Amino acid sequence: MRVNIIIFTNRSLFYMNYIASIGSYFIMIKEVFRKPTKWSIMKKLILKEIDELVFGSLGIIIFISFFIGGVVTIQTALNLTNPLIPESLIGFAARQSVILEFAPTFTSIIMAGKVGSYITSSIGTMRVTEQIDALEVMGVNSLNYLVFPKIIALMLYPFAIAIAMYVGIFGGWIAGVFGGFTTSASFIEGIQLDFIPYHVTYAFIKSIIFAFVIATIPSFHGYFMKGGALEVGKASTTAFVWTSVAIIILNYILTQLLLG
Amino acid sequence: MIEVNNLHKSFGEAHILKGVTTDFEKGKTNLIIGQSGSGKTVFLKCLLGLFTPDEGYISYNGNIYNDLSPDEKRNLRQEMGMVFQGSALFDSLTVEGNVMFPLEMFTKQSKSEMQDRVNTVLKRVNLIDAHHKYPSEISGGMQKRVAIARAIVMNPKYLFCDEPNSGLDPKTAILIDNLILEITQEYDITTIINTHDMNSVMEIGEKILFLKNGHKEWEGTNKEIFKTDNKAVTDFVYSSELFKKVRQMYIEERN
Repeated sequence: MRVNIIIFTNRSLFYMNYIASIGSYFIMIKEVFRKPTKWSIMKKLILKEIDELVFGSLGIIIFISFFIGGVVTIQTALNLTNPLIPESLIGFAARQSVILEFAPTFTSIIMAGKVGSYITSSIGTMRVTEQIDALEVMGVNSLNYLVFPKIIALMLYPFAIAIAMYVGIFGGWIAGVFGGFTTSASFIEGIQLDFIPYHVTYAFIKSIIFAFVIATIPSFHGYFMKGGALEVGKASTTAFVWTSVAIIILNYILTQLLLG
Repeated sequence: MIEVNNLHKSFGEAHILKGVTTDFEKGKTNLIIGQSGSGKTVFLKCLLGLFTPDEGYISYNGNIYNDLSPDEKRNLRQEMGMVFQGSALFDSLTVEGNVMFPLEMFTKQSKSEMQDRVNTVLKRVNLIDAHHKYPSEISGGMQKRVAIARAIVMNPKYLFCDEPNSGLDPKTAILIDNLILEITQEYDITTIINTHDMNSVMEIGEKILFLKNGHKEWEGTNKEIFKTDNKAVTDFVYSSELFKKVRQMYIEERN
């Protein structure tokens, strides 16, 4: 009986910590938009973050999208063994997979690792070296100064996703045509077949929401971390896990809401 | 002038500050000393407004901090300069950028006015030649001087320093001490230094507050610390053989 009570209490504390963290996260979001930093300084910070977070990620986004598009095309082609199914379906399947899922969601998971760990470690290091305390002592709203430019910079993330869509389909074309799985004409016919522009809108809406998650969850883990260099590393890992979990859950909810 | 009255602060079960009452005068270097875990850093962070006291109050020139509106608190914070233990310089900014940061953030000065002010304070701390360097490219002593320059660039009324000599060689530590003392007198500011360095206590301790287990154990000047019979203070200050001999010589000289 006593053991059961202890286990129950420990579990309650465990869940309470999660609930408290979620509450702290939303309080942090509110603070980010309170007492804005002087525009002349904020402008420079936003441009710097656009360069680091968005332009700095284009290389890896293009690389991943190209090969993902190629692999999707090859796998679709290998699974279409029925001669009654038109060859243009390969292009159609590649387009749908890339636009609806691979470009916005898969790329966001990768970005949660690349950009998210950068955000957590940079803010976490500022916490460890008392740079955040220095901002607070000066009377600066440190959350606005550190997190707001990242949120605004990542609002350009849909542009990166648009590039990922284009490169992914291009990768599919290269793999399909040069791998001998389809002809160029069939593939192009497939990518034009039954095109619904709303699917691109849906992907961009998802990207914007994922961008907000990628900017804020790693910031939360960096800003509220305690300890030294080792804890900065641990916070980066935790941030990646929770950002990925949030993206996966939001992906399901948004798909249900926007396409269901 | 800063007045502290019956300050209490706890973190969960740990009661860190247990009713500290004291005051810090304008134009003087006030030192807070005590063993690790005695509550010095918590006390300093309460003074800076980074921690809210559970009980008691802190008053700045008669204005009680907790009674101020958020805007008044923000304005008061702009009158404070802080030198952190690890300097806390912004890695992404140059020496000049770090010193200019408070001016860009809180003043409407033109670029040339800000540049003049930055040059003045960098000259004051003898760092004018290092203005284009990044914090990672300069020594620990230089980083401390940049931190002092950043702290005084807004002409603060209050200067707080958390162990400004830690990690520095004795010669550089003396330079930093003298610089803080000169700046305090020159700008007529209230300076509060949290330190473990007994050289600083002897050299620049115009007022010394000794904390023990969250209590004010003793306060006085660097002259009075030689004469005190408080065992906790003498055990802490004269823990090294060198300082024991210095004290013995002082007492013999006096007799």
